[in-house]
Amino acid sequence: MTTLSTRRGGAFGRELRGAYAFIERNVHLFKRYWAWELVWLAYSIVNALSITFIGRASGEITGVAIPPEQINTFILYLMVGTLVWHYLSVVFDLISESIQWERWEGTIEYTFMAPISRLTHLLGQAAFAVLYAIFHTAIILAIVSAFFRVDLSRADFGAMLVVLTAGSLSFIGLGMYAAILPLLSPEKGLQMTNIIKALVLLISGVYYPISVLPDWLQPLAHISPATYMLQGVRAALLEGTGIGALWSGHVLPLLITGLLTIPTGLLAFMRAERYAKATGKLKRNG
Amino acid sequence: MTLPDTIPLPITPHTFEPDETALDIRGALKRFGREEAQKQPFWKRGPRKPPEITVAVDHISLSVRRGEIFGLLGANGSGKSTLIRLISTLLILDGGEIRVFGHDVRRDERTVRRMINRVSVEASFFKKLSAIENLMYAARLYDLPGDYARRRAVAILQQLGLREKRLYEPLEQMSRGMQQKVAIARGLLTAPVLLLLDEPTTGLDPRSKHDVQRFVLQMREEHDTTVFLTTHDMDEADRLCDRIAVIDSGRIVALDTPHGLKTAIGAVNGKNGSTTMEDVFMALTGKSLDDDFELSHDFEVQHGE
Repeated sequence: MTTLSTRRGGAFGRELRGAYAFIERNVHLFKRYWAWELVWLAYSIVNALSITFIGRASGEITGVAIPPEQINTFILYLMVGTLVWHYLSVVFDLISESIQWERWEGTIEYTFMAPISRLTHLLGQAAFAVLYAIFHTAIILAIVSAFFRVDLSRADFGAMLVVLTAGSLSFIGLGMYAAILPLLSPEKGLQMTNIIKALVLLISGVYYPISVLPDWLQPLAHISPATYMLQGVRAALLEGTGIGALWSGHVLPLLITGLLTIPTGLLAFMRAERYAKATGKLKRNG
Repeated sequence: MTLPDTIPLPITPHTFEPDETALDIRGALKRFGREEAQKQPFWKRGPRKPPEITVAVDHISLSVRRGEIFGLLGANGSGKSTLIRLISTLLILDGGEIRVFGHDVRRDERTVRRMINRVSVEASFFKKLSAIENLMYAARLYDLPGDYARRRAVAILQQLGLREKRLYEPLEQMSRGMQQKVAIARGLLTAPVLLLLDEPTTGLDPRSKHDVQRFVLQMREEHDTTVFLTTHDMDEADRLCDRIAVIDSGRIVALDTPHGLKTAIGAVNGKNGSTTMEDVFMALTGKSLDDDFELSHDFEVQHGE
């Protein structure tokens, strides 16, 4: 009789391979749902185009003759907003929906009784979410850029990637917090995660500068990681700001937020898991 | 044909003592709050009405020896699945303790998880994925090498009467019986030392049921697996189990060998020699297996029993 395997890498290797289980499983699911994935991609492209067209129409909307370079800036501003928001939403949704999805499939008990740590479980899910979000957003960026013939000659893509990576950590942590809600409420939990997203969308300057927000909302805007991410990506793409200039004002706050939200999100999730196991809510279908 | 037992990687064998206790349950207690008050419209709620409490597992104590096939019989809602979930670390005890080969399910949660696996009445899978994709997902969670897991999955499913080519079809295209066989393969893939079978043959046709029962016996013979089985099938319990406990309203009302139970009940009802396990069940619980389904339905919906 055999029980405990001793493969290479010890406990760390085991957890790494456990995290890969979630990536591989989700890739298989992505392939099986390819037609729906295409529909979702088409919707995302149309959504990005619709928002970006507001920039091109700014002259007609306001009745003022706006110079083409300013219209281009406005288009880029909205395009970055819609793409970064799409990226963040995908990361957030894939992590927060993971519990509901497994509950719907009925597999949640098998995943929760597997001998892996909850950190491995959630980070495996997060790793797939980031890869999927990059893939999705890159396609949308390519199509929207071609559509509007935007000038990205000044863009610093390296700096943009660093900001995007640092910001992803924060959203992985927020996703862990959001994944708690379906554990606590099988029926309404997933819907409640949309409240978190809506709040971040409102306060983070996705489609407008945070300076237009009322004074009482400004403090919230300054603690939202999406604010720093959007400002950083816009500075890198629109003005070609390098990583050195973005480090202390944008990248560092994002890293600190990630370092805070991931461990606290994990602890909160584990506490919610104990509650679900104590009350019998783990299995019930929503 | 036998299961491949050679694993092409270093494995730490679990060493057992003779007559080792595989599963030790002492005073296990699990309650659920039904919160009936919250279901009422607010104008009908009493100001301080306490939530209604259901005792699903009521101070159960029993032990299962290594290599034993132990059966737990009970009607729907009697607490069988709750007890299995407590052993599986999927529910948290309100009192008492449960040990698997000496490891406490609460304190040594991950060690226990490595030693057990569970097959439930519902074949729960990602239905769009193929059987092999689902099994590989499970294998990776238990840190089994891909090649080994694939070979073992094929061997197990062939023994259960499933052709290899079906492994590559989405689960949604398989019958309930086939899906349940894949669920059993998932449970056995990790070579658990304690296998928890929660009504594994419910809904299977007689042939599939026979395949599964034969395989459970084979697992015990060849791999020394300890099996904790809940079932509604009295013949199955009689045929497979070394000992059987009967559970009613969360309490163990009898525990003996199938022969011992039938003899004891036969002496009471005067049918000594012809007493069946169904007679035993009826006598001990005062119910047939079917007639309390409606009564227990609310409980199941609430707690997934």
